[in-house]
Amino acid sequence: MPLWMLLKREVSAFLERLSADYEVVGPVAKDGTFVFAPLRRPEDVRLDYPITLQSPKEFLFPPEETLLRFRLGQPPQVEAVHNDRRRILFGVHPCDINATWLLDLAFSQDTLDTPYMERRERTLIVGLDCLHPCDEHSFCKSMGSLEVTGGYDLFLTDLGDSYAVEAGTEAGGELLSRYAPEARPAGEEDMARLNRVLSEKWPRFTRKLNVEPEALAQVLELTYDSPLWEELARKCLGCGSCNLVCPTCYCFDVQDRLKLNLQEGERLRRWDGCLLKDFTRVASGEVFREPRSARLRHRFYRKGKYLYEDYGRVGCVGCGRCVRACLVKIDPVEVFNALESSCRV
Amino acid sequence: MEGQKSVSGSLYLPRMAEIVQVERLTEKEKLFTLRLEKGQALGQHPGQFVEVSVLGVGEAPISVSSSPTRNGTFELCVRAVGDVTNALHRMRPGDWVGIRGPFGHGFPVEKMRGKDLLFAAGGLGLAPLRSLIQFVLDERESFGRVIILYGARNPSELLFTDELAEWAQRRDVEFHLTVDRADATWTGHVGVITTLFPGVAVNPRSTVAVTCGPPIMYRFVLIELLAKGIPENQIYLSLERRMKCGVGKCGHCQINGVYCCQEGPVFSYAQIKGLKEAIG
Repeated sequence: MPLWMLLKREVSAFLERLSADYEVVGPVAKDGTFVFAPLRRPEDVRLDYPITLQSPKEFLFPPEETLLRFRLGQPPQVEAVHNDRRRILFGVHPCDINATWLLDLAFSQDTLDTPYMERRERTLIVGLDCLHPCDEHSFCKSMGSLEVTGGYDLFLTDLGDSYAVEAGTEAGGELLSRYAPEARPAGEEDMARLNRVLSEKWPRFTRKLNVEPEALAQVLELTYDSPLWEELARKCLGCGSCNLVCPTCYCFDVQDRLKLNLQEGERLRRWDGCLLKDFTRVASGEVFREPRSARLRHRFYRKGKYLYEDYGRVGCVGCGRCVRACLVKIDPVEVFNALESSCRV
Repeated sequence: MEGQKSVSGSLYLPRMAEIVQVERLTEKEKLFTLRLEKGQALGQHPGQFVEVSVLGVGEAPISVSSSPTRNGTFELCVRAVGDVTNALHRMRPGDWVGIRGPFGHGFPVEKMRGKDLLFAAGGLGLAPLRSLIQFVLDERESFGRVIILYGARNPSELLFTDELAEWAQRRDVEFHLTVDRADATWTGHVGVITTLFPGVAVNPRSTVAVTCGPPIMYRFVLIELLAKGIPENQIYLSLERRMKCGVGKCGHCQINGVYCCQEGPVFSYAQIKGLKEAIG
């Protein structure tokens, strides 16, 4: 893929022009942390952010979205709600690009999830490489998600005074030529700089699992009845915070909401979490995954085994958001490593 | 996403269906006869389910109780137990519901042809099995023996009593009925469904067993079926889960790694034997 160079001071103009045709969502500072939000002004963007509280998932799969609108009657009138907003997710780190890739697979394989795919096909992703670990919790390199092999339209790497910009898709290339005409083709010297920056970055990422991500499925297969699940469940509060912040969690509930006129309403889907007890409750009251240990295990199995078996990609990208959010600090690295070591004896 | 064909329609938009008849079966169950708008056929296989919408209340997965061989309308046997099902029970002929589906894998009817069939239904478990029983009785000549075991907690909870009487009359159906607890009017068999098994002799190799009931029933019925020597891949169960989407996305119905709404709700015992979450 061709490589371009864009001076940092030209990024604002790039964003400004993009904003004319797209809603541009990027990392901004908020309450002492960082979040993805629509950029009100180009200068709000913080491309030096370590990690955002939430991944940009919510712009493809909102916490609450209207699927249908209806008016009661004989018969009722029902219509699907469509999303036609063109959007750019700007400055997305490799972990979240990889997470989005998994969501793309989950929402498109076998049956197209139309609400997700409508948003996705109108969304372009401008990635941004990580040159330093965001904090002590991330283990992206170990999960193979510090590198991206696709899933972005443009990809930026910080080279000091400028960004090296790689076009990952034709649409990305067009975006650059149309909205950042200042970008110039990279020369040999730029390539050398990029290679140097990249070779320096890898050794900085040290936190790791003692197992290859692709082997997690086997480790889990052997540890279904491990006492560790019970042990963790004694700490776990079952609050679902890990589900809430995970960039690859996509379970949802569907609910109706009737307006006060009792004639019109909408059907919504909302994020749901497998750690919550009601997740498997059926109307008769039966809960199919009652013990907290079973719910906790299900989440780890889903990340390490089930999603991998369904989509060929492990469901954890090593972003560390779950342990940051966890009130009792259940750490996936510690969990997976403990399971792995229990397999070795 | 390049190369992706443009998305159209909506996965979550239901078709509308009119309630043409409501029949009370027991204190808690009603049978709804529905007709899709424009007279469309539902196109279900026996054992599949639909997502039923009562707009303004919500959507719930309900197995289809009638056979595709009885076309034009379809039937849902619904117990009033949650928000949606209670709302359904308040509805009358002329009211409309939304229908998505049919979804999932039903009973493998083609594999059953020429075989003896042993049905074991507990309580509301008769509702999904009825779609297959009707199918089999409508094409009676292509199946061997038809043995139906049905148990309910007490006589007042028996479903489809007219059809039960018909099955009991038919010479080509071996019908065994039991209740856990009799009342003053009851003259039949008393005991849980497993007490019917000793009275039934089968040729295990040519028998396909089909069972549906509350989770607790499966453990005991499976023991009986396996004790009769019926192979694991000739025993079919229909499992209940909280299928919110019906299309393998929402995550609620997962049994270990298996989406009940996609690979099920009908499974062979051989398929689910290794799934630790299947029968609890």
